[in-house]
Amino acid sequence: MAKKLKPVDAVLVGMGWTGAIFAKELAEAGLRVVGLERGRMHETIPDWQSPAMHDELKYAVRWGMMVDVSKETLTFRNHSDQTALPMRQLGSFLPGTDVGGAGVHWNGQTYRFLPSDFTLRSHYSKKYGRDFIAPDLTVQDWGVTYPELEPFYDHFERVCGVGGRAGNLKGQRMPGGNPFEGPRSREYPNPPMIQAHAGALFEKAAASLGLHPFPEPSSNMSRAYTNPFGAQLKPCMYCGFCERFGCEHFAKASPQVCVLPLAMRNPNFELRTGAHVNRVLLDASGRRATGVLYVDGQGREFEQPADIVVLCAYGLWNVHLLLVSGIGTPYDPATGQGVVGRNYAYQTTSSVKVFYPPDVNINPFMGAGALGTVIDDFNGDNFDHGPLDFIGGGYIAAHTTGGRPIMYHPVPPGTPRWGSAWKRAVADNYNHVASIDCHGSSMSRRQNYLSLDPTYKDAHGRPLLRLTFDFPENDRRMSRHLTDQAERIAKAMGGRLTDRSDRSDTYSIVPYQTTHNTGGAIMGTDPRTSAVNRYLQSWDVPNLFVQGACAFPQNAGYNPTDTVGALAYWSVKALIERYLKRPGPLVQT
Amino acid sequence: MTRSDLATATPSPTEDAARGPANVGETAAPGYAFLNDQDVAFLRAAVDRLIPADDYPSASQAGVLTYIDGQLAGVYGRGERMYLAPPHRTGTPEQGYQLGLSPAALYRKSLDALASHPLGRDFPSRPGAQQDAFLRELEAGEWMLGDVPSAVFFETLLANVIEGYFADPLYGGNRNMAGWRMVGFPGAYAHYTQWVGQHNVRFNRPPMSIAMRRDAVSRPGPAASDPRIPESARPRTKPRGTR
Ligand SMILES: Cc1cc2nc3c(=O)[nH]c(=O)nc-3n(C[C@H](O)[C@H](O)[C@H](O)COP(=O)(O)OP(=O)(O)OC[C@H]3O[C@@H](n4cnc5c(N)ncnc54)[C@H](O)[C@@H]3O)c2cc1C
Repeated sequence: MAKKLKPVDAVLVGMGWTGAIFAKELAEAGLRVVGLERGRMHETIPDWQSPAMHDELKYAVRWGMMVDVSKETLTFRNHSDQTALPMRQLGSFLPGTDVGGAGVHWNGQTYRFLPSDFTLRSHYSKKYGRDFIAPDLTVQDWGVTYPELEPFYDHFERVCGVGGRAGNLKGQRMPGGNPFEGPRSREYPNPPMIQAHAGALFEKAAASLGLHPFPEPSSNMSRAYTNPFGAQLKPCMYCGFCERFGCEHFAKASPQVCVLPLAMRNPNFELRTGAHVNRVLLDASGRRATGVLYVDGQGREFEQPADIVVLCAYGLWNVHLLLVSGIGTPYDPATGQGVVGRNYAYQTTSSVKVFYPPDVNINPFMGAGALGTVIDDFNGDNFDHGPLDFIGGGYIAAHTTGGRPIMYHPVPPGTPRWGSAWKRAVADNYNHVASIDCHGSSMSRRQNYLSLDPTYKDAHGRPLLRLTFDFPENDRRMSRHLTDQAERIAKAMGGRLTDRSDRSDTYSIVPYQTTHNTGGAIMGTDPRTSAVNRYLQSWDVPNLFVQGACAFPQNAGYNPTDTVGALAYWSVKALIERYLKRPGPLVQT
Repeated sequence: MTRSDLATATPSPTEDAARGPANVGETAAPGYAFLNDQDVAFLRAAVDRLIPADDYPSASQAGVLTYIDGQLAGVYGRGERMYLAPPHRTGTPEQGYQLGLSPAALYRKSLDALASHPLGRDFPSRPGAQQDAFLRELEAGEWMLGDVPSAVFFETLLANVIEGYFADPLYGGNRNMAGWRMVGFPGAYAHYTQWVGQHNVRFNRPPMSIAMRRDAVSRPGPAASDPRIPESARPRTKPRGTR
C-alpha cells in the first residue's frame, strides 16, 4: 500500500527545464509545491568540475548523464506491421535524468520558431493551395501564435542569457542577424559568441552565394551575465566539453544555474529526488487528478495528493504517463481517432563535411555547444515552395562543437574503416575538416505515433512506451533539398573535397540524431485533434498541465527548447492569473 | 564457430545469464581481470590489425587490451545500463542491438567460439594479409561465433578499440596520450577563449589528461618536429591569425 502524504497545492513530475520554471513561478505565486525528480541532485560545484568532467568516454560515449535504459526505455518499430523491439541501449536520442534533466547536458542552441511555423497548415494552404500538403501529413496549427508567444520567448531568452544578433527588431531589419526571423521586441540579452574558424569559412562561402549568414543564438555565455532573477553566469571558455556534459564554468544556461536556486530558496517549494512517478491518480469521475503515485529509491510507494498536477518529465515520458494513467483517448492510426500519442515527430538531420589541406587548421576541440554560423534561407517557408514537392525546411550551420576524438575522427570518403590507411587518414584529417549540419523540420503523419507496448515492461512493471516512426516522404524530399543547399555552400568553402551524409530514408534508432522528440500530447483548439488546449491544460483533466515538446503538433526546423521554455512561461502565467482564480477549463469547448 | 549460413535462431537467455559470466577473473590471464590467455593472444593480434603501428603506437602498444579488459570487467561489461529483458527477437537493423547479451557475455561467447576453431586459434601466427582477410569475414557477418553473428562481435570490438585508443588514459588505453598526439587533440583543457578567434592557429601545447597536474602542461610540445606536419603548418611561437 502506498503511504499517503500531506496534500499540497501543486505537484510537478520531473525537474528539468520545465519543472524548474514551474517550481519557481508557482512557489512565488504562493502555492505549496512539491517537485518530484526520479534522479539525484547534481550541480556545477562539485559535480561538473574540470578536469574530471572532461571525460569523453564516461559522459559522451557511455551516456553518464542520460536515462538508464535498463530501468526505463521504449520499444521501436518503423511501421505498425512490425513488432516493436526495445531500445536496449541509447542511440538516436538521449533523454536526461537527474535534476536539471537534459537541460544540464544540452548544447544551448536557442532558436525561436518562425511565425508561419505556428500556423503551418493554414499558412501553406493559403499560400500554395489546399492540396499542397501531402494527404498523409496530419500537420496542424498550434492554437497559439508567434505574436502571443513573443514576450515569453523574450523572457526565457533573458533567463538563459542567450547571445546572438537580432535580424528583425520590431519589424525593422537589422544587419548581421537572421533576416527571416519573426520580429523581436528587444535585442538579445548578450552579443554573439566569438566566431570559430569553421564558422568564418562558412560565412564567407554562404555570403558569396547571396545567402544570409548569422551567428547561432547561444545559451553558452558570450560574457558575464546576470539574469532577471539575479542568477550569475560566467563567460564560456570554449572548452569543447559541452553537449552531453555539465558546464563547469557556470557558462551554459541550465535549470540549476538559471532558475532552480530561486525556487529552492522559497520555503513554498520542496524538491524530492529519487522519486519516480509511476502514475497520475484520478478521482472516480476520471475528470480530476488527485495527485501522483511515486516510488523512492528503496522501492517504497507514496501517494502525493495535489490540487494541480504538472507533467514536466520530458515529452516522451509525459506521453507515457498519460497513457499508463489512462488520461485522454489513445490515438489509433487505423481510424485516426484519439489524441494521446498522436502526431509524434522528430527532426530530419543530415550533414556535409569539407576536407581541407593540412595548412588549414579548424581546431574542432575549441568549441562550445552552440558555437556556430547559420543560414536560415532554407528554413520554414523562407523560400518559395511553389516549384518544390514538400513543406518545411531547416537551418544549415557550421558548428564547432563535439570535436572529441572517440566520436569525431572524420575521414575522406572511400577510406577503409580500419587498418593502416584508416589510421593515417584519421591523423591527417582530424584538424582539417569543417562540418556543416542540416537541421530539418519533421512533419507529423498519420502512421507515426506513440502508444503502450503490449509485451515489454519497465523496472516498475509498467508497459514500455512504444514508438512507431518513419520519415514521411515529405521530409525525405525536404532533407535532400536541404542537403543539396548545404553541399553547394560546402563546395564554395575552398576545401579539397566535400562529403555528404544524407539521412537514411528509413529512420533508425541506432545513430544519434537529436534529442528533439516532439508531439504525442499536442496543443490545439479542438479536443478531437489535440490532447491539451492552447495553455497546455489537459482537455480531459483540467487540473493537469502537460509541458514540453510533446505539445508541438509537428516539429519546425529548429531546436525545441526556446519554444519549450516560452510555452512553459505562457502556460504558467495562464495557470496563475486565470486558473487559480477560477479552477476549471481555460478554454471552453 | 560456424559459417553463418548454418546459423539457427538466436536464443533467448534469461536476464541473469545475459549479464554475463559471474566468474569474471577466475580464469583471467596474469595482469587481466576478464580476458584469459587465449583471449589476449587473439585480441592482441586482432586489435593491432585494426590499429597497426606506424609513427604512432599500435592499439595494443597504446594499452587498448588493458582498456578492453577493464571495460569488460566493469559496469559496461555487465551491461548494467542496457535493457536486456526477454523476449529476444531478431529485429531490423533500424531497431538496433537485440541479442540480449551484455558486452562481457558477447565477448565471452565470441572469444570462446574463436578459440574452438583453427581459424581463431591460429590467427595470431598468421601473416597480416591473412589476418585482415579473416577480420573482413567477421566484419561482413560471414561467421556465427556460437550464436553471435560475427558482425555484431566485430562492430563491438572495433568500437571498443577506437574508444581505447582515444579515451582518457585514465581507462588504461591511449597510453602516453598517443592517440591524442596523433590527431592533435589537447585533451582535458579547460579553456580556449584566447585561441578560438585566432583562426587557423595551430595549437601546439602538449595534451593534458584528467590525471595530470595542470602545471605540467606548459612545456613546448613535440609537435614542432613532427615530420608529418608540413612546414607551413608547424607550430609557431606566436599564434597566427588569418583575419
Ligand atoms: C545532448 C543533447 C543536446 C541538446 N541540445 C539542445 C540544443 O542545443 N537546443 C535545444 O533547444 N535543445 C537541445 N536539447 C533538448 C533539451 O535538452 C530539451 O528540449 C529540454 O531539456 C526539455 O525540457 P523538459 O523540461 O521537457 O525535459 P528535461 O529537461 O529533460 O527534464 C525532464 C526531467 O524529468 C525527470 N523525469 C522523467 N520521468 C520522470 C518520472 N516518471 N518521475 C520523476 N521524474 C521524471 C527526468 O529525470 C528529468 O530530470 C538537447 C538534448 C540533448 C540530450
